[in-house]
Amino acid sequence: MNTPLRKVGMAMLVMVVLLLGTDTYVQVVKADDYRTDSRNQRVLYDEYSRQRGQIVAPDGTILAGVKPSDDKFKFTRTYTDGPMYAPVTGYYSINYGAGGTERVEDDVLNGSDPRLFVRRLSDMVTGRDPRGGNVKLTIDPKVQKAAYDLMTQRGYTGAVVAMEPKTGRILAMVSTPSYDPNALATHGSDQNTAWKKFTDDPANPLINRAISENYPPGSTFKLVTATAALESGIGPDTQVSTAPNVQLPGTSTTLENYGGETCPGNTFKDALAHSCNVPFATFSGQLGADKMKAAAANFGIGQSDLTVPLKVAQSTVGSLDSQGALYQSGIGQRDVRLTPLQDCLLSATVANGGMAMKPQLVQSILAPDLSTIDDVDPEQLTGKPALSAENDKILTDMMIASEGFTKGGGKDPALKIASKTGTAEHGSDSKNTPPHAWYTGFAPSDDPQIAVSVIVENGGNRGLAATGGSVAAEIGRAAIAAHLGGG
Amino acid sequence: MGQPLADPVSAQFATNPPRDLPNRRNTELMLLAFAAGLVTIALVLVEANQEQELTLSILWLGLAYLGILSAAHLAVRRWAPYADPVLLPCVALLNGIGLVMIHRIDLAKAEKALQSGKEFSPEVTKQVLFTVVSLVLFVVVLVVVNDHRTLTRYGYTFGLIGIVALALPAVLPSSLSEVNGAKVWLKLPFFSIQPGEFAKILLMIFFASFLVSKRDLFMVAGKKFLGVELPRARDLGPILIAAAASIGILVLEKDLGTSLLYFSIILVMLYVATERVIWVVVGLSFFVAGCLIAYNLFTHVQQRVENWLNPLGPRYDELGGSYQLAQGLFGLGTGGVGGTGLGAGRPDIVPAASTDFITASIGEEIGFVGLAAVLMLYLLIAMRGMRSALAVRDTFGKLLGGGLAFTIVMQIFVVVGGVTALIPETGITAPFLSQGGSSLLANYILVALLLRISDAARKPATRPKPQQRQAPIAEAHTVMVQRPPAAGETNGRTT
Repeated sequence: MNTPLRKVGMAMLVMVVLLLGTDTYVQVVKADDYRTDSRNQRVLYDEYSRQRGQIVAPDGTILAGVKPSDDKFKFTRTYTDGPMYAPVTGYYSINYGAGGTERVEDDVLNGSDPRLFVRRLSDMVTGRDPRGGNVKLTIDPKVQKAAYDLMTQRGYTGAVVAMEPKTGRILAMVSTPSYDPNALATHGSDQNTAWKKFTDDPANPLINRAISENYPPGSTFKLVTATAALESGIGPDTQVSTAPNVQLPGTSTTLENYGGETCPGNTFKDALAHSCNVPFATFSGQLGADKMKAAAANFGIGQSDLTVPLKVAQSTVGSLDSQGALYQSGIGQRDVRLTPLQDCLLSATVANGGMAMKPQLVQSILAPDLSTIDDVDPEQLTGKPALSAENDKILTDMMIASEGFTKGGGKDPALKIASKTGTAEHGSDSKNTPPHAWYTGFAPSDDPQIAVSVIVENGGNRGLAATGGSVAAEIGRAAIAAHLGGG
Repeated sequence: MGQPLADPVSAQFATNPPRDLPNRRNTELMLLAFAAGLVTIALVLVEANQEQELTLSILWLGLAYLGILSAAHLAVRRWAPYADPVLLPCVALLNGIGLVMIHRIDLAKAEKALQSGKEFSPEVTKQVLFTVVSLVLFVVVLVVVNDHRTLTRYGYTFGLIGIVALALPAVLPSSLSEVNGAKVWLKLPFFSIQPGEFAKILLMIFFASFLVSKRDLFMVAGKKFLGVELPRARDLGPILIAAAASIGILVLEKDLGTSLLYFSIILVMLYVATERVIWVVVGLSFFVAGCLIAYNLFTHVQQRVENWLNPLGPRYDELGGSYQLAQGLFGLGTGGVGGTGLGAGRPDIVPAASTDFITASIGEEIGFVGLAAVLMLYLLIAMRGMRSALAVRDTFGKLLGGGLAFTIVMQIFVVVGGVTALIPETGITAPFLSQGGSSLLANYILVALLLRISDAARKPATRPKPQQRQAPIAEAHTVMVQRPPAAGETNGRTT
C-alpha cells in the first residue's frame, strides 16, 4: 500500500502548492486592486485615523477642524457653528461616509491628492504621521452668519446664496433648517441616533437647498425675460399693456398680475419695477422659445454638469413648446426651475456687466503647513455675455427701480441695491398653497461687490399673503449689509 | 534504525540489550517551548497594536499555555514514547495562533459592542476551555487506544455511530439542530456540538477496517465491466451505502464543504486500499455528475458558484451574495505580502472572521508570508502523518494514518481554497485555528490517533530475540572460540 500512499502524499503537496499559488495571486498580484476597491472599508478606516485637513474661511475661521480622540480613530472631526456651515462643509461620518465639501475635497483633506505627493513623501522620510491638506473656502462668515441667523430667527425653511459677481466666489450658502455635522462626527452610537433623527425629519435638514433643490423662480425670472427682450431690441420705454390679465393663447385660462391689479405703469421699465406679469408673459410669447432659451443659457440655466465643486442640481426653463407655456414661463412659472444658486447667478451676471462667472466655493488648496498649493482662478461660466454693456446698464437701472418699490425690512439707502423679487406659486393647488418668496439682487449698484439670492419656502411666516418683498427681501438686504460692512 | 554498534565483535559480548532508538521526546519539548514562545510574542504584538495594557499577565498566559502543552507532552512521553516529535508542536503552534487571532477579533468586537452599547462576552475564554478539554481528550485517546489495531474490532460499531451522528441533525427539528442556518448541530442543554466533526473520524476507522478486511476481495474477485474489474456487490455494498448515506445526509443538511471533504476522504482511502486509479476516476466522475445535479437542483449551490466566479460582481450586496468572500479578499489584499501586523489590521470586517474565515484574518494580519507558513505547518503535520503511515507495519494503520493525514490537508484545502476563491466557498473550519469546540476536539482526537500510529511505526521492532540468545550465560565461553581471525594472521592452528 505504500505506492498509493506516496501518491496521496504527492497529491497533498500539490494541493498545498495550489493554495500557495492562489494565495500569491490574491495577496501579491491582485493585492492593489483589492486594497483600493471602494468597497474595502479598511482604507476608509485608515483615513479616519489620519489627521484630516481643515476647512477654513478666508478670514481664518476654522469651519471644520480636528481634535484628538482617545479611541482607535485618533481624531474627531469638529465643526464650528455646525448647523450654520453644514451646507458648506458637509459632514464626515465613520458610518455614513462624507457629504458636501468633505466629500468632494476628500482627496485633499485626507492627504491622498496628487498635489500633496511631495509632502507625503517627506512625511514618510521624516516619520511624521501623514496629514491631510487644508481647503480654504470663499465663504465670508459675516454674510453666512447674517443670513443664517435671520432665517432661523424667523423660522424660515429655505436657502440663501451670496457671491462675488466679478469672480463667482460664493460668499454664503445657507440652507435651513440645517443639521449639526458634529453629531455625525462622533465615534459612538450617538452618530447613528443623529443620522436617524436627521433622515427621519420631514423637514429634510440634510438637503442643501441652496444647490440641490430647484424651485419655480417666479418673478425673479423676469430678469431673464427682460434680458431676452432688451437683446431683441425692445427698449425700456416700450409701451406695454397695463391690463390686469391676459388670456393664454390657445386656452381659456387667464394669467393675472399679482393680486389681479392693473399695472401701475405702461412702459417696460415700469413693468419690471412693479413686477407686472402680463407684459412679461406677452414678451416671452413674442420672442419665442429659441430666444428665451438662448437668453437663459447665457445665464447658465440648463447646465447639467455644474459643480462648485459641490454638485449643483440642473436648472431648466422647461420645454417651452406652446405659446401658453411661453407666456407662463416668461414670468418664471410652469416648468421653469432654478436652484437658489442659479437665481443668484441672475443678479450676479447683471452685476458683472452681463458676464456670468462660474460659481466657486473653494478658493485655494493649502498644504498641511498652510502654504498655498493651488489657487482656483475665476472662470467665465458660459463664455458668452448674457447682455450687452448698454442693456446691462438699462437692466441695472430697472432693478434699482424695482428695489425702490420693494417693501420689507432692512432698507438702507446707503446700500444702493439693485434687485428683483419673486413670489412663486407652486403645488397642485397653487392658489391655496403659500407661495415661495424670492429676492435676488446686488450691491452697490455702481460697483457691485455682492450678489445675493434668497428663497423662503411656502411663504415663511406670512402664508398665502407672502411676497418676495415682505418675506425674503429683508434677509437679502441683511446679507448685503453684512458684506459691505454697513450692518 | 538501531544505533550502529561501533564494533561488531564487542557487540557479541554485550550483556545489555541494544540501546533504544532515540525517541526524540526532548526535541518535542524544545519545539513545544518554541511554539509557546511564538504564540506569546504574537499575543504581545496583538496587545500592543490594539493599545491594550501590556502587563506581565501576558507572560503568565504564555507560560500557562506552555504548561498545558507540557502536560500533553508528558502524556505522550508516558503512553506513546516513540511518537513523532513534530506533530504535537505544530498542532500547538496552530492552536496558539488560532487563540491569539480569536482574542484579537474579540477585542475588535468588544469595541464595536461598546460603541453600540451592547453587551459582549469574549469567545476566546470558551476556546481556551475547549483547548484544555481537547488536550484532556487527546490524552484519554492516547491511553485508551494503546494499540491502534484494537480499533478494527469496533469498525462496524464506529461506522454505525458515525452515520447516526451525521444523520441526527438532519432528522432532528431545527430548534435542536440549527445554528445560523446550518443544520449540522446537536444542541445539548449546556453546549452544542457538531457531530459531523466526530463522525468524520469514526467513519474513517470504519472504512479502514472494512477495506482492510475485504482488501483481497477488492483486488482480485469480481466481474469485469467495461474492462474494469469490479468487486462483488456484497463486498462493495456496505461502503457504497455508507458513502452515499454520508453524502446524501450532507446534501440534505446543505453542508457542501463537509460533503466534499467526506467524499474525497472515502475516495482516497479506497484508492490506497485497492491501489487502483480507476476508483479515483469512477469516483471523480460520480462527483462531477453529483455537482452538476446539485447545481441544477439547488439555488444555494448556484449562488455559491456565482459568488466564486465573480466575487466582486453584482451579487456583492445581495442576500447570500459574495459580500463575505469579497471582504475576505479585500482583507487578504490589504495584508499583501507582509501583512498589516498582528492586531493592526481590520479582519473583523469579514463576517465569520474567527471561524470559517480565520485564514483570511491571518492572511490580512501576517500577510502572505504568514499564511504560507501556516499552510506549511499543515503540510508538515500531514506529511509527518503520511510518513508514519508509510512506516507502520500493519495495513489498517497505513490506511487509517493515510486517511487522517489526508483529512488535514483536504480540510485546509477546502477552507483556504474557498477563502482565496480557488474553489467555491463552503463553510468548514480550519483545523486547530477556527473558533469552535467540536472542530478542536475532533481534530485533537485525530492527532492523537496519528501520534498513536507514528508511535507504532517508530517503536523498535520486537526486542526479545537478542535477550533470548543471551539467556544461557554459561555458553558464552563457547562463543569466544569463534573469534574471527585477525587480519594477516594464518589460521592453520585452529584446524
